[in-house]
Amino acid sequence: MAGKTLYDKIWDSHTVHTDQATGDALLYIDLHLIHEVTTPQAFAGLKTEKRAVRRPELTLAVADHNTPTENQALGLEGVKDEAARNQLSALTRNVAEYGIEFFPMGDPRNGIVHVVGPEQGRTQPGMTIVCGDSHTSTHGAFGALAHGIGTSEVEHVLATQTLRTRKSKNMAIEVSGELREGVTAKDLALHLIAIIGTAGGTGHVMEYRGSAIEKLSMEGRMTLCNLSIEGGARAGLIAPDETTFDYMKGRPSAPKGAAWEMATQYWRTLKSDPDAHWDSVIEIRGEDVEPTVTWGTSPEQAIPVSATIPNPETMRDPVKKAAAERALEYMGLEAGAPIAGTPVQRVFIGSCTNSRIEDLRAAAKVAENSKVADGVRAMIVPGSGLVRAQAEAEGLDKVFTEAGFEWREPGCSMCLGMNPDILAPGERCASTSNRNFEGRQGRGGRTHLMSPTLAARAAITGVIG
Amino acid sequence: MKAFTTLTSTAAALTHHDRLMANVDTDMIIPKQFLKTTEREGLSQGLFYELKTRADGSPDPDFVLNKPAFQSAGILIAGENFGCGSSREHAPWALLDQGITCVIAPSFADIFHNNCYKNGILPIALPYEVCAALAEQAGGANHKFTVDLERQIITSPDGEEIHFDVDEGRKASLLEGLDDIGLTLTAEETIATFEKGRKATTPWLEPATS
Ligand code: SF4
Repeated sequence: MAGKTLYDKIWDSHTVHTDQATGDALLYIDLHLIHEVTTPQAFAGLKTEKRAVRRPELTLAVADHNTPTENQALGLEGVKDEAARNQLSALTRNVAEYGIEFFPMGDPRNGIVHVVGPEQGRTQPGMTIVCGDSHTSTHGAFGALAHGIGTSEVEHVLATQTLRTRKSKNMAIEVSGELREGVTAKDLALHLIAIIGTAGGTGHVMEYRGSAIEKLSMEGRMTLCNLSIEGGARAGLIAPDETTFDYMKGRPSAPKGAAWEMATQYWRTLKSDPDAHWDSVIEIRGEDVEPTVTWGTSPEQAIPVSATIPNPETMRDPVKKAAAERALEYMGLEAGAPIAGTPVQRVFIGSCTNSRIEDLRAAAKVAENSKVADGVRAMIVPGSGLVRAQAEAEGLDKVFTEAGFEWREPGCSMCLGMNPDILAPGERCASTSNRNFEGRQGRGGRTHLMSPTLAARAAITGVIG
Repeated sequence: MKAFTTLTSTAAALTHHDRLMANVDTDMIIPKQFLKTTEREGLSQGLFYELKTRADGSPDPDFVLNKPAFQSAGILIAGENFGCGSSREHAPWALLDQGITCVIAPSFADIFHNNCYKNGILPIALPYEVCAALAEQAGGANHKFTVDLERQIITSPDGEEIHFDVDEGRKASLLEGLDDIGLTLTAEETIATFEKGRKATTPWLEPATS
């Protein structure tokens, strides 16, 4: 019998039951992360049916998607947008009613849900983790099976602590060698998505493997797994190792003492067997990855920053061609022109993809002793209150503010523009977030995805490059 | 959830430059400004908001769902990878609120596909050429399609019958409009037994408080 992949192992150890009639498996959920936007209808459903939350203690709530990034200390009263305030107060009421732990806006532990889970040590290897947000794949960096779910499923998990789901296929992403100096996990992720396309991983769970992956820091691994969903995969996984354990040790919710010993012993078994079966394998040489940016309105429309913007006329695939034509029109770019040198008006460094301390350090390195270019508005939005505090302890906030960046309070912010941080029509933004869809950061806004290093450089020079 | 059995309706095709639009993402289906609701209803006002309105907020008469012949279409036809992007269930809720209960496209993104079934919407995957041929027949108010889930057949306005595949389990729950949670709760004992085993083998997963 063939060996098992890491995904197979986690799946098997969490299958409560498989329904023969429907083929659905009931998967036990170890950690359910919730936030204000995708839960009100789920709680309303519970109430209508008079159902309880089965395991409130396995649930953690944050306020992140539509919180403003200033004056958070004012609490809900400080939220000017009435609809956002309603949603935030609905969450506050619901968590109180059902006894769910909650880090409200202004609590230093609050922040973007996918930054908070790992930071608190709630995210652990071998777990199953779900959240009503597609970038839940981030937690796969710890060797946890983690993915986004819809609101009906949020309600299902609240009521039953299980998810009705089907098994995905196994896809290996083998990255050999190592990334070159100055090339980050973000570049690798965009490089990969450009190869496989945004639907390339559909129906699969991706496991990132190989020497270049082993050398990544936890922050880098989180960035990579975060973007798995942009490659269409249900989840991304990286086998836990010493880097993982070092990151976790001593975090508030990480196991302690004898429990830590017992847990790490188990965690060390969490890797794919050498003879495991893969439904598909993608191979990448770490050395081939260059600093990468997107030029279009899909994460797969990515090229090395040194390259020229592709010409739709040369594309044989009609879908790609039509998409490229539409994207060039929307982005206001010329086929064949170099992407480097394209002027930007806005810079956003933040989101669950790149708002951790390492990301801020990389950006600060570029910003040090420089000034934000004239006509550019640049924002730094730390992923959590604790990231913000850490950066301040290291003096990074000074580096940023002296260079002319805005130093904001934590949240999703301009990643999706549900709060007041949005682009004006036609504005071009160098962004460290994860989606460059039309209108994602504001109607008519033009988003170029890139690493914190490249985004900070765009802020200083005023152009992509 | 409302059951889906058969649907007879007009169909609206989403096109761009004479081609069915690919990669229609969830931000296009329902932009973020409409996600601040705590309700499931009323979301049709945000459905395809940026495609259906002009920059000044007035309706774009060229957008298919604004045309009188398609305003009550219950079927949507689009290109590859429909519904990619976020997990927002507001996307299927907005379609439902508009009265669309069937989407036909060459392929669907994972989470959206799943969310459809949870809301009584039938996603049908057919090759691009077939979708395009259906879109050609979607012409006007009298051009009605019938989607029969039991038989897995779409009857086009021309009377042509097209077979589609659907997962048996999904089909059964759509036909009956099953309540997933109610169903799972009948397995209460199995879940409780699993929890006991979990506590014994991975005790660190239990929070210290319990
Ligand atoms: S930062 Fe963006 S992608 Fe991440 S959780 Fe927030 S909205 Fe979702």
